[in-house]
Amino acid sequence: MDTPMIDIRNVSKWYGSFQVLNKCSTQIRKGEVVVVCGPSGSGKSTLIKTVNALEPFQEGEIVVNGIPVHDPKTNLPKLRAQVGMVFQHFELFPHMTIIRNLELAQTKVLGRNQKEAEERGHKLLKRVGLSHHSHKFPGQLSGGQQQRVAIARALAMDPICMLFDEPTSALDPEMINEVLDVMVELAHEGMTMMVVTHEMGFARKVAHRVIFMDEGAIVEDATKEDFFGTPRSDRAQLFLSKILSH
Amino acid sequence: MDFDFDVIQRSIPYLWKGFQYTVQLTAISALGGIVFGTLLALARLSSIKPLYLAAASYVNLMRSIPLVLVIFWFFFLVPLILQAVTGAERPPQVGAERTAIITFIMFEAAYFAEIMRAGIQSISKGQVGAAYALGLTYGQSMRLVVLPQAFRNMLPVLLTQTIILFQDTSLVYVISATDFLGAAAKIGQRDGRLVEMYTFVAVAYFVISFTLSYFVKILQKQIAVIR
Amino acid sequence: MNYNWNWGVFFEELPGGEERYWEILVNGVGWTLAVSAFAWIIALVLGSAIGTIRTTPNRLLVSLGNAWVELFRNVPLLVQLFLWYFVVPEVSAPLKAWVVQAEPSHVQFMMAVIGLGLFTSARVAEQVRAGIQSLPRGQRAAGMALGLTTPQTYRYVLLPMAFRIIIPPLTSETMNLIKNSSVALTIGLAELTFRAREMGEYTFSFFEAFTAATLIYVAIAMTANRVMALVERRVAVPGFIAGGAK
Repeated sequence: MDTPMIDIRNVSKWYGSFQVLNKCSTQIRKGEVVVVCGPSGSGKSTLIKTVNALEPFQEGEIVVNGIPVHDPKTNLPKLRAQVGMVFQHFELFPHMTIIRNLELAQTKVLGRNQKEAEERGHKLLKRVGLSHHSHKFPGQLSGGQQQRVAIARALAMDPICMLFDEPTSALDPEMINEVLDVMVELAHEGMTMMVVTHEMGFARKVAHRVIFMDEGAIVEDATKEDFFGTPRSDRAQLFLSKILSH
Repeated sequence: MDFDFDVIQRSIPYLWKGFQYTVQLTAISALGGIVFGTLLALARLSSIKPLYLAAASYVNLMRSIPLVLVIFWFFFLVPLILQAVTGAERPPQVGAERTAIITFIMFEAAYFAEIMRAGIQSISKGQVGAAYALGLTYGQSMRLVVLPQAFRNMLPVLLTQTIILFQDTSLVYVISATDFLGAAAKIGQRDGRLVEMYTFVAVAYFVISFTLSYFVKILQKQIAVIR
Repeated sequence: MNYNWNWGVFFEELPGGEERYWEILVNGVGWTLAVSAFAWIIALVLGSAIGTIRTTPNRLLVSLGNAWVELFRNVPLLVQLFLWYFVVPEVSAPLKAWVVQAEPSHVQFMMAVIGLGLFTSARVAEQVRAGIQSLPRGQRAAGMALGLTTPQTYRYVLLPMAFRIIIPPLTSETMNLIKNSSVALTIGLAELTFRAREMGEYTFSFFEAFTAATLIYVAIAMTANRVMALVERRVAVPGFIAGGAK
């Protein structure tokens, strides 16, 4: 399968006169797991949000599974239904029970019937280890539990690829692993994943490629082995030395 | 329907008098209200039980009943109280215009009290502590340290409340005082030109209130920058 | 103080009529509550709509919403009532035709409801807008990321939480509305304050009449407060602390 799942071509973005993305280009193939890292302000969160059109961009093109994201004629809700996203602050809907969080988009966007949606929801809750919490509210769960539900919510849509925007950055240290474990399993099952994260252990375990961004541009785009072995740019080296040492 | 612009032009002198009263009433009530309101706020925050109960009851009462009713209350009570205080034979004739001033000071004070109370409470306890540690009395620390800061912080809210007060003064209509609206109503009824007069009043109020709120917004932005 | 106390005045009859004074006060309360209820419906429906459109990305809608709020906020309520009662019928021939032959109290009621409703709708719009904007930004993004359209995101994600958050300020607005209904006495509506003044003018027992009106307004205020507190408890989301869940 030669056409990439996610094809980012020369994407640039400005907030007013400040440039946040500078001619970013990369391709992610089906089944690939790509980690995006870099110092804060490097544009990595902005870049991942352009993929499902949550952030508009002024120059360049993005094509996801053959659908042009930048085309004003594209049906964005339909596109977004196929692309799963997990947010740094979980963003579960606090006024709905866990199971309702999981079934809302299934029924309203995909048109599944209530029973089907609930079944799928329960299945996914089991998979992330939270079956007994289906009737609780997000506020009653810990951060790690909420994030696992968020992953289940995205998976309930049967997405073709998943985007993760710093999924563990808002978690207390002891809860990070429970979320990473779910993500590792997903990777092993062959899900196409684009993950913005500082967790280099995760990258080393399951990533195929690592992208390093700095000041809005993609500075390194290498296989995992190359990146951790011999990163070419000084900035990537500096960054790696900083995060790997703590 | 013919709109007679001329009647507006001819009425300007009388309207201007009414408008002057509106501005006077607003200004005096705002100043008096803020002063009395600040005292009420301090009373509410004090640890002397009868004091804060009295202040709280006053503020809650004023905020629970309509301004129209308060206007009627004072219109009725003020002459009686003056009679009792001066020992006169009959209640003195206090005009609607003057009663209104007392009414609005007393009424708006309750609203200004809540604003100032929030302002005072937002000043960190450390400030008061530092003042006392330096040997200042309660009165001095309030006057020199807390109130100036509270006032500065709440200035935009106080001004917004004043704009609301400016609009509320139109209610003196119910005791036939001649403010801006009252003047327009009198002319409109005399000449049969209610449409022109009321439209003019509405437009005038809109332009003035909108402009004043705009300036308050600018002031707010400037304060935010300084802080 | 030279005042003749007469607390039995409430049981006296009106001159020429068979009604007692306490009965006309009750009648007045009825009009107060009726005007308030209908005006509140108008204010809530319109205010929510206007407040919501002020948070959309559509600049035209936002400007329209802002214009609405500024229009009804910058003119005193009394002047607005006069416009509806005296000016609007002159401008609309069919309306004037109805007004001329209709029961005066009906005209007063309708104009009071419209005037008070629109005046309050601007204030409700402010509260709704503030409520929506106080929600974490990620909530809207999470809704859209799942493929919900903008209307769906408002309906299922944003508005349910926004309305819960604004119950306290909406309670204040309810109280303000009930108090403001008294302004309608200037166009002849025989609500509570009107009746209290009328009673005073007939009997010179102003103190008794005004005290009754005062106590009734205080009772209405306390009831409204109680009801809203109950509503707030009923719709509270378990585990959620107002001001943004993280």
